[in-house]
Formats: sequence, C-alpha cells, structure tokens
Amino acid sequence: MPLLDRNGSREDRWTRSEGAAIGNIPAALVPWEALTEALEALAPAQQIGVILPNSVPFAALAPFLPQLSLVAIAFPAYADGRGFSLARQIRRADFTGEIRASGPLIADQFAYALSCGFDTIELPEASAARQPVPQWLHARESFSATYQRGYEATERNILDQRRAAKAAGRLAAERA
Amino acid sequence: MATAAKRVPLPAILLANDLLDGDVVFATADGTGALAWTRDPAPALVANDDAAAEKLEAFAAAELSGNKVVDAYLVDVAIESGSPVPRHFRERFKTLGPSNRPDLGKQAGEGIAATPKG
Amino acid sequence: MYRYDEFDERFVRERVAQFTDQVTRRLDGSLTEDEFKPLRLKNGVYLQLHAYMLRIAIPYGTLNSRQLRQLALIGEKYDRGYGHFTTRQNLQFNWPKLRDVPEILGLLADVEMHCIQTSGNCIRNVTADHFAGVAQEEIEDPRPTAELIRQWSSAHPEFSYLPRKFKIAVTGAEADRAVIKAHDIGLRLRRHPDTHETCYEVSVGGGLGRTPMIGKVVRDYLPKKDLLAYLEAIMRVYNLEGRRDNKYKARVKILVHEIGAEEFTRRVEAEFAQLDGPSINADPEEVARIAAYFAPPRYETLPAISNTLEAARATNPAFARWVEVNTAPHKAPGYTALTVSLKPIGQAPGDATSAQMRLVADLAERYSFDELRVTHAQNLVLPHVRQRDLFAIWQKLGEAGLASANIGLVTDIISCPGLDYCALATARSIPIAQAIQQRFADEARQREIGPLGIKISGCINACGHHHVGHIGILGLEKRGIESYQITLGGDATENAAIGEILGPGLTAEEVPDAVERIVAVYLTERSEAESFIDTIRRIGLGPFKAAFQEVTRAAA
Repeated sequence: MPLLDRNGSREDRWTRSEGAAIGNIPAALVPWEALTEALEALAPAQQIGVILPNSVPFAALAPFLPQLSLVAIAFPAYADGRGFSLARQIRRADFTGEIRASGPLIADQFAYALSCGFDTIELPEASAARQPVPQWLHARESFSATYQRGYEATERNILDQRRAAKAAGRLAAERA
Repeated sequence: MATAAKRVPLPAILLANDLLDGDVVFATADGTGALAWTRDPAPALVANDDAAAEKLEAFAAAELSGNKVVDAYLVDVAIESGSPVPRHFRERFKTLGPSNRPDLGKQAGEGIAATPKG
Repeated sequence: MYRYDEFDERFVRERVAQFTDQVTRRLDGSLTEDEFKPLRLKNGVYLQLHAYMLRIAIPYGTLNSRQLRQLALIGEKYDRGYGHFTTRQNLQFNWPKLRDVPEILGLLADVEMHCIQTSGNCIRNVTADHFAGVAQEEIEDPRPTAELIRQWSSAHPEFSYLPRKFKIAVTGAEADRAVIKAHDIGLRLRRHPDTHETCYEVSVGGGLGRTPMIGKVVRDYLPKKDLLAYLEAIMRVYNLEGRRDNKYKARVKILVHEIGAEEFTRRVEAEFAQLDGPSINADPEEVARIAAYFAPPRYETLPAISNTLEAARATNPAFARWVEVNTAPHKAPGYTALTVSLKPIGQAPGDATSAQMRLVADLAERYSFDELRVTHAQNLVLPHVRQRDLFAIWQKLGEAGLASANIGLVTDIISCPGLDYCALATARSIPIAQAIQQRFADEARQREIGPLGIKISGCINACGHHHVGHIGILGLEKRGIESYQITLGGDATENAAIGEILGPGLTAEEVPDAVERIVAVYLTERSEAESFIDTIRRIGLGPFKAAFQEVTRAAA
C-alpha cells in the first residue's frame, strides 16, 4: 500500500506476516493478537512492528514498546480520531521507533498526524489514487503556526512566537 | 447495492441538491428525452414503474459520482392537478420553501422562472 | 474586546485558504462527499433542506459594530437579507451558495471573524454569559478564559476527530446565564474559600439531545493556570474512550454516565497527573495579554439613578414597561445592560434583517462603547448603556420593530429553525413559536404571567433547548404528521433541571391551547409573586397533567 512521510512518498521496508509466522522476514509487521507469540520467535537481527487496533489502551501496549521498532495504528475510518491520542501517549513514553497511521486518512489530517507524533501514513490504493502526494505536502503546510503548545516545534507555535516577539521587542527597547 | 428493496413506493420523483449552489433540483426529461436537472418541481419526471425508477436511480448515481449534485434520492409522490406532490410533509417543504416565509424559495418562484421549461 | 494580533490574523487567513482548497478538491473529485462533509461542517457549512447554510462563529457572543455591519452586508450580498441568531450565540445564513463561501470567509476575516468549528465532531465555538464583564454579581469576566479556549481549540491536532461534537461554556457569575450544566464541559469561575484565589469549578457530561443530562462536577477548584492541561486530560480520555459504535451514544455525557462520574474523574486526574503542565498551559504573560483586551471601558462617573430616565419613565408608560423588562443591573453606576428583543410578535425567533443589524450596530457604536452581545436566548445585548440614553435608544429601536418589552416573558421563545429550514428536523418549530406569541401577544398579560421560558426544538437534537425550558416543546413526526411533545419543569439556570413529559403528543393547532391551560393552572395555584418555575417546584406536575389531559381529551 502507498506510504508517505513528511517529505513525500517512501518505500515500505516492512512486510506483513501471516499471524505470528515471522520466519526470517527482516522487518516483520504482525497483528496485535499475534504479537506475544511473534516476539518469542524473534531473531536478534530481526525487527518487529505491530498493527495496533485503535481500541487497544496504551497501558496494554506499553510493556511491549522496548521491543518494537514500529507501531502501525489502524484508522478504520478517517473520522475515527483515537489514533491521534494513542500516538501522543506512545511518544510520551519516549518511544523512538516509527509510528504509522494506517488507513483511509485524508490529506487534511497530515499536519495533525505529524504533530501528534506519527512518522508515516499508509494509505489504501483508492485514497492515494484520488489524493496524490503533492496534495499531502500542500496540506501539511496549511498553517504556518498553531495555538497548541507541546505538539509542534516552538517556532510553529503561536503562543511561543508571541513570547519571542515580546522578548525581542523588550530587547530592542533596552538597546534603544 | 440492492436499492430496489428499499425503494420508496411509486410513483416517485428524483430530487437532489446542486453541489455548487445547494438549490433543490429535480430530475426531468429534456427535449431529447435524456435526463437533466430542473429547479422547478412541476416538470419533474414521474417514475410509475420499476424500470423508470431504475433509470432515475442510475441517473442519480452518475450525477453523484460526477460531482454535480449531492443528497439525491427518490421521493414518493401523489399527482395533484397534473403535477407531482411529495406525500411526506418534509419533502413537500423542499418543493416549496420555508412555510413562515412565503416570499422565499420555490413557492416564491425563486430559481424557477429562470429555468427553461422542458 | 479581543483584537487579533498578527498571528491570529495569519491563522484565520490560512484557514480561509485551506477551506478554499478543500472546496476545489471536492469539485475535482480528490475528496468524496463523505470525506468532504466533515471538512465543510468543521467550517460551519451544512446542507439544509432548501440550500446550504453557513454558521458563523461569534465567540462567546461578543461583537463590535463593524463586525455586525459586515454580517449585514454578507446577508444582503450573498443571502436573502437576514440572518438567524442561534442558541449557541452564533449567526446562521440560510441561503449561501457553496461557490460563494470562500469569498464570504474572506469578508469575515476582514473583520476578525470566522466559521471555524461551528459544527462537526470537534470542540465547538465557546459560549459564555452574555452579561460577562457587566453583571453585578460577577466574580470574574469569563471571556478571557473563553478566548483562551477558542484559540487553544482551533485546529487542534489531537482533538479534531472526536466521537461527537463537544461544547464548552464559561460563566463567571453566580447566576448561570450560559447554561453551563447542559454543556460537555461547563466552567464556573469561583473563589477558593481558603486562598480566595479564582479557580474553576469544572463540570463534565452535560448535554441535551436524545439523552439529556446535567453535567457532573469533576473538580471543585481547578487553579486557573492549569486550565489547558486539565482540558487536554479530559479531551484525551474522551477521545480514546468515548463510544464510536453509535452516534447517539457518542457524547461525553454517555461515557460519564456509563462509567460513573467518579471513575471518569479518576481517569481524568490520572491523565492530568502525567502531563507536564508548564509545557501545555499558556504562560501568565499570555493569559494577562488576553485579559487586558477585556478591561472595562472608560465609564463616566454617573449617579446611580438617572433623573432623565426617571422623568421619561414617569411620562411614558410603554417606555417604562420596556425599561423594566429589558434592562439588567450593571456594575457601573448610571449604566444598564440592555437586551434588544429579537422576538417581536409573529417573527421567527432570533431572525434579524440586515437593516435591523445595521441599526443595532449604530446604536452600539453610539451608546454602548461599540460593543454588542448575542444571548443564547437569541436576543442581542447593548452591554454598557447610560441610563439617560435609554429613551433615545427605545425610540430608534421602535422604528425598526425591535422594541418588544418581553425579555424572559412567555413570548421570548427560544426556537431552532426546525423543518422550515433544517434537514435534520422532524417537525416545524417557527410556526409553533409564532402561534404561541400571537396567543399571548398582549403585553399586560405577559407581565401578569411573569418570567416563563418556552423553548422549542424541531427534533430530538434539542438545539432549541426544550429539555431545560420551563415549558419545553419537541416537534416529532407521528404517523406522517407533525406531533408536539410538551415537557414541564425544565430549568436552564444554576438550578438546572430536565423537564418532564406531560402526556401524549399534540397536533400543531393544539399547542397554544395546551400552553394556555398550563399557564391557567399556574395563575390559579401561584402564591403572591411566586414565579412559574417555583410554583411547579412547589406543587409538582399533577395539576398541570390534569389540565393537559383536557386538551388531549377535547381533541379526541
């Protein structure tokens, strides 16, 4: 399925396994139900990722995070926003692997997904065919800055920009 | 999709809203017999049998996917003085306009006068 | 009032460009209707019965004259010369074309307005007490809080795809004029008894609609500085755990109800404990920056009672009655908060023509420090009027048909647009309101009856707040005709209560008779100056039910 990150299209190095049968797949993406079993079969050189239904509470996932290189959160429908909060919780736990949104998202959600901690979006063919990559890159830049603190880099946050502007003004006044 | 099972009782007309304008529009037969939209409920094509209803449904599907209209569906009607009138009061309002503002909407001729009559 | 800085301005302009682009992508097929619909709703564009509808945000109901004039202009240029003020302090236009919406948004941005999140499953436009900043018993102006929330909730990356809509209301007074207990989150500014610091009482899980609920208090005293982090905690719990299997059970009130307020509170507090407050909350400097915009205007030093006003009252009984009914006490001596009724007899409640909007804008500019409010009861307020100017204002309002002396009375009816406009409605509301108004048109009789709130919704979604009406009317469809269910004993104030159903549904024609009989029971039963709602509380529903049954029996 088509995959993109914040810079555009990207090759997918992950392979979905049949249940827990990860064999010698170098980067194996396994269903949540098969995760425990798959981890038992994990070879040292192998990487493992999980396809996480968005109804799984973070607390159930947390013990597995140190062993995971990828968490692919399922979006059964684009309007089902649970994945955004799950991604936030996973990032808050200092997970440094890849977080992927998997489902029929729309370009208008790209910036939100990136802000919440997602790295990649995996789209069904039909969605990707209607919404080519340039639309995603354009939508990503819809807002040059937003109001919520803690989601984006400081330079894209209006409250922090205000503070910076005020400090700069004060500094200029002192110099004058 | 088995739309026939859920179809409203016949006779019926097809109505929708124009995607760009939002106006309520009705499927009608143009001069050549092909289906087209009109803002006037009076000339709406009345489907009396399954074949005619299927033709309206096919037109609705094509116009929805062609991004011409939204919210297209069949409405069961009675024929009063030669014109189709929806049986349900909700759909009747769609052919008229707000009941508290007789000066507005189709009941005031809005959008109708300008439409060439088929 | 709040003014945009360069950042707010840029944000709103970028939102206009974004929506314009979304419309383009809908038309070229990049977005399906199913994908586009939530996007247009998040920008206040509905598809209604006859046309599109555009809902414009009036954050916490505060407006200036320039903004109201711009709304009047949009109404004339792109609509049919009128707009509808809603129970959420917003303004709706009933006939815009989708192709014109980007242009309208540009005109709104010119006057620091927008349609952001006036619909959709996101945090909606924040509402507040319409007497904010002027009410005598106010602890603190709720609008700085509401503005902070407006900014924080706009295009929120995490909370824009919630299970269902989410409404927040704020009040800073003892008397609740913002119906906070019927909101997903209700915030009440109050002082901590020991520290005397201003805090928030936080209620969650109120809401009307299919399953009406009164909000439950989850925090008695939330320090002001913790607001955004606490809201984030509530929203995260709701976003993750709110039901998504059934849209009628998706509001936070159902989650609170199903797991219990105590468990809900525990989960919120557990989430809140994990948050790093300082990295989320607005810093004190930002809070102070916003608050400074809401500083009181420079009132003149005036005597508490205006002799000019008293003289006019003494010589003009109609004016005196209007002053008595439509004005409210003001913090500043010699001033009053004047409510302009948008409920003239026989008009659609909350509708105003472009000409009327311009007139009220002129009056606000001349007599009320250029400020206006929209009330959840669908009226307008001139919040800072010198008592001595009331007579001149009354005369000008009278010329425009806006001098009805009926605020809070039986003809000051709250009504949703109903099936005359709304695609979701199951029955009409406006004609019911008009029929009741006609029945009780006599002003002396209205005053004799006293405060009585009738609220009408044209479907179970309850935009007309019928559950909290002293008399609530719900329009439904029954066997192919419009049918109206009457409830009694609801209350939208700090004593919030859900009304009880009186009996079987009525036809439209029977509704005014039923209201008349209910009122007759009250007039017979009341003791001295007891209000309608107090009488119901004292004697219960029994006598009213008996009278109501006579209506249904007469009809049978």
